[in-house]
Amino acid sequence: MLSLLIFLPAAVAAVLLLARVPDRVALWAWLVTGLVTVGLSVGMWAAYLHGHGPGQFGFAEQVPWMPGIGSSYHVGVDGLSLPLLALTAVIFTATAVYSLRERQQPRSYAALFLALQTTSLGVFSALDLIVFFVFFDLSIVGMYFVIAGWGHGPARRRSALLFFLYTFTGSLALLLGFIGLYVASDPHTFDIAELAAHPPLTGSGAAGPLVLAAIALGLAIKTPTVPFHSWLPPAHTDAPAAGSAVLAGILLKMGTFGFVRIAMPLLPEQWRTYAWVFVGVGVASVLYGALVALAQDNFKRLIAFTSVNHMGYILLGLGAAGLAGDAHARSVAVTGALVQMVSHGLITAALFLLAGVLLDRGGSYDLTRYGALAGPAPRFAALTTVAAFASLGLPGFSGFIAEFQILAGSLGPATPAAAVAALGIVLTAGLFLWAIHRLFLGTPRTGQVAFADLSARELWAIGPLLALSVLIGVFPQSLLGVVTPAADHLIALVGR
Amino acid sequence: MTAHEDPAAFAPELILLVGAVVALLTGSFVRQERQWSAQLVAAVALAGSLVAGATAGASGQTLYAGSYAIDAATFAARLIVPAAALLVLGLSAGRVRGSARESEFAVLVLLASLGTILLAGSTDLLLLAVAYLLASIPLYALAGWARDPAGAEGALKTYLFGVLLGIVMFLGIAVLFGLAGSTSYADLAQRLPGAPPAALALGAVAVFAGLLFKAGAVPVHFWVPDAVQGATTGAGAFLTTVPKIGALLALYRFVLVLPDDAINWRLLLALLAAASMTLGNLAAFRQDDPARLLAYSTISQVGYLLMVVVVADPVAGSAPLAALILYLAAYAAANLGAFAVIAARPGPSTLTDYRGLARQSPALAGVLVVSLLALVGTPPTGVFTGKLTVFAATWDGGWAWLVVIAAVNTVASLYYYLRWIAPAFARPDPATGPAAGPSVPGSPREALAWPARCVIAAAVTTGCLALLIGIVADGVLDIGSAAIKW
Repeated sequence: MLSLLIFLPAAVAAVLLLARVPDRVALWAWLVTGLVTVGLSVGMWAAYLHGHGPGQFGFAEQVPWMPGIGSSYHVGVDGLSLPLLALTAVIFTATAVYSLRERQQPRSYAALFLALQTTSLGVFSALDLIVFFVFFDLSIVGMYFVIAGWGHGPARRRSALLFFLYTFTGSLALLLGFIGLYVASDPHTFDIAELAAHPPLTGSGAAGPLVLAAIALGLAIKTPTVPFHSWLPPAHTDAPAAGSAVLAGILLKMGTFGFVRIAMPLLPEQWRTYAWVFVGVGVASVLYGALVALAQDNFKRLIAFTSVNHMGYILLGLGAAGLAGDAHARSVAVTGALVQMVSHGLITAALFLLAGVLLDRGGSYDLTRYGALAGPAPRFAALTTVAAFASLGLPGFSGFIAEFQILAGSLGPATPAAAVAALGIVLTAGLFLWAIHRLFLGTPRTGQVAFADLSARELWAIGPLLALSVLIGVFPQSLLGVVTPAADHLIALVGR
Repeated sequence: MTAHEDPAAFAPELILLVGAVVALLTGSFVRQERQWSAQLVAAVALAGSLVAGATAGASGQTLYAGSYAIDAATFAARLIVPAAALLVLGLSAGRVRGSARESEFAVLVLLASLGTILLAGSTDLLLLAVAYLLASIPLYALAGWARDPAGAEGALKTYLFGVLLGIVMFLGIAVLFGLAGSTSYADLAQRLPGAPPAALALGAVAVFAGLLFKAGAVPVHFWVPDAVQGATTGAGAFLTTVPKIGALLALYRFVLVLPDDAINWRLLLALLAAASMTLGNLAAFRQDDPARLLAYSTISQVGYLLMVVVVADPVAGSAPLAALILYLAAYAAANLGAFAVIAARPGPSTLTDYRGLARQSPALAGVLVVSLLALVGTPPTGVFTGKLTVFAATWDGGWAWLVVIAAVNTVASLYYYLRWIAPAFARPDPATGPAAGPSVPGSPREALAWPARCVIAAAVTTGCLALLIGIVADGVLDIGSAAIKW
């Protein structure tokens, strides 16, 4: 069942490419596949809640792949991965809805996104380091072609190259770390579950920190955190709207997911020793992302930098989980980090799709070229405002639950860090309000083009993402029910 | 060691020899327009050798007074070399068909393949010397096969390097013979540990020199770019792929007879591996000619391959040998795939000429992407699993710094491979239109002659192989599960 979910999109993509179906059929096939994956992931979520305790893997499948080097095709889901699988399905479906009018080679476009979906689902299901790496790396290849092929702006190929070089560097650092874990394990294995049961580098001296450094570098680039974020703004600015939504909504989560799936449980001793580094990098990302976003006139770059800010919170929460202190508080911080992954995915994907609408109508992301859009485009204004408020963490939205938990959980173990990071919330509130002010209020700019409101297609792509954010904000238990036990289990693993 | 010989055990090599003779005779007696029959003979011989090699397996026996071993290394060479040579015949069909020296091409490919397999299987320095000559001399002719000035220059350079390093190698063999009183690996392994270290080092390094020349490694790599650029695409593909298979397997086998304590050959090879991958990469950065780019890329790839030789050990089921075999097979597929794409677009070209390839021929663009990303080591291609196993084996052997250098080099290499991929997926230049580039067989409008079809088929096959080897990696790793014999 899990393999079906993972490979269904890729299978559809292969059919689309080989069968040369008409373009419209391809786009609808993409949408239908997305809906099927949503159904499958929700079904698995429900089934998992009824049959498995924390720390157990549901729907596990293991097939020997390279037994000679201790690697197998091993996949499974738990409370850490289920929300991300569902998020992947939802966001890809939203981008499919959004792209129903795609005119530039729609068949290849749909196939590429379906393939990307398979890589994302694969990363979040992988229970073998090599399987994880294979899907992780393929997602980079897929996104490269999305940016280089369907991006806009004269520098798109440069941005795509920068993205590829940067994240591929990260993935190779990651691979080095994986090989380090493999070499240190006895018997040699790449299996995440086995490595988590017996962390190989316990009490190993210099090797442990080096392996953690390699893995953390790889994940930090992918996440991205300061100072490894510089590939992100150009990649986002030049990617198509759907590509940005997937890149920020899903691909960035591969980095943070790697921390909770690999770095923390497989290197618990090293994580505890160097937790303060992650706290520090997290706080730096929070503040730096917010401050740089504040200086942007380009709406898409602004959202891109708020991603750096939001990813910083996640790292802060995960770092706090490694510090000494009350186990419950640390578990709350991890829960917040996991909720933030889902929340940021939903909200940022919505924001990037809205940015796509802006480009569609006005030909630019430049905030200084728009004004008073609330008049001609009330629905666009309403959804953008909602998304902005959700992003800055207003109560009633998922972002609030996440950031509240992260700050509340890290206040005990990392008091100064949490206090400084709270400043970031004020900054993001300011920058979003200012952006809304510039876009929707005041007087129309001279030479501003006629701005049509959201079409039904755009509404159906963006609306559900925000509705889910509200749902989590109002009924957090819907998400916490699966996340909290997983966070408790993770804390127990890190505490060893 | 068995004194009485079983000719059947030598069948894969004999088939190639007979095939070469028959192809030569066919070429001499058949009229010009029927010369393709020599190619056919060669293809049949290669396929037959492949099948014979596959069925023979790795019995672990030694032939001809212990001078030739049928073990994991030979088994691997018997599979990879004929398969690669077959693909070379396919991808060069467009260029070779109808030329005046069509049958010669086939004969040279057969003889060089035979020499390469012998190189991999030799367990005696004298046989190694013979195999070196048999594997090298056809290559000089192959490099200059087109008989144009560029080919002549490449062939001459290859020849001078090959002869010089061959002589150095024979000197090394003489020294080792003087030290051990025998050229058989079994005797060398027993008697070399007591030898004077200086003389032992001289002999070992001199033998390395010859084998590193065949592999195209730093510091004896200077012939590679000129030979590849000057030679026809098919010959270039052969030069950069097949000899490496024999050279690296021979090197792996040879280092096992060297005593570990007397001379630090592992460190020497580790430094050469690091230099090879780094210098090859740095030189590849600026290349605009795809063939030259691939030439430098192969130099860097030899660096990764040499890593395994650094941690070579004779234990059965050992990870290094399995990793080497997997990497060789995957590298052969990926490298031939990239050359096949060049072969499918005849005429001189630069990287920018590939602009719009994805529109003109999606199949070729797909092969290009798979091959180049495979050379980088992107999953799920074979080179990724090859690199993974190579890195793991090297780290496990205690050479973590070499692994780090290799990873850094992999990142660097990404840049120049992407420089070739990016234009292929760019929109065709509106100013000049798609017609500006060389004509592309495989585009739907063009009716194709069979040689062009052959090239496309070879390209697609190699692309599929480059992927497939990654997925069925375990089967390939199994080949290396037997021990090295001598």
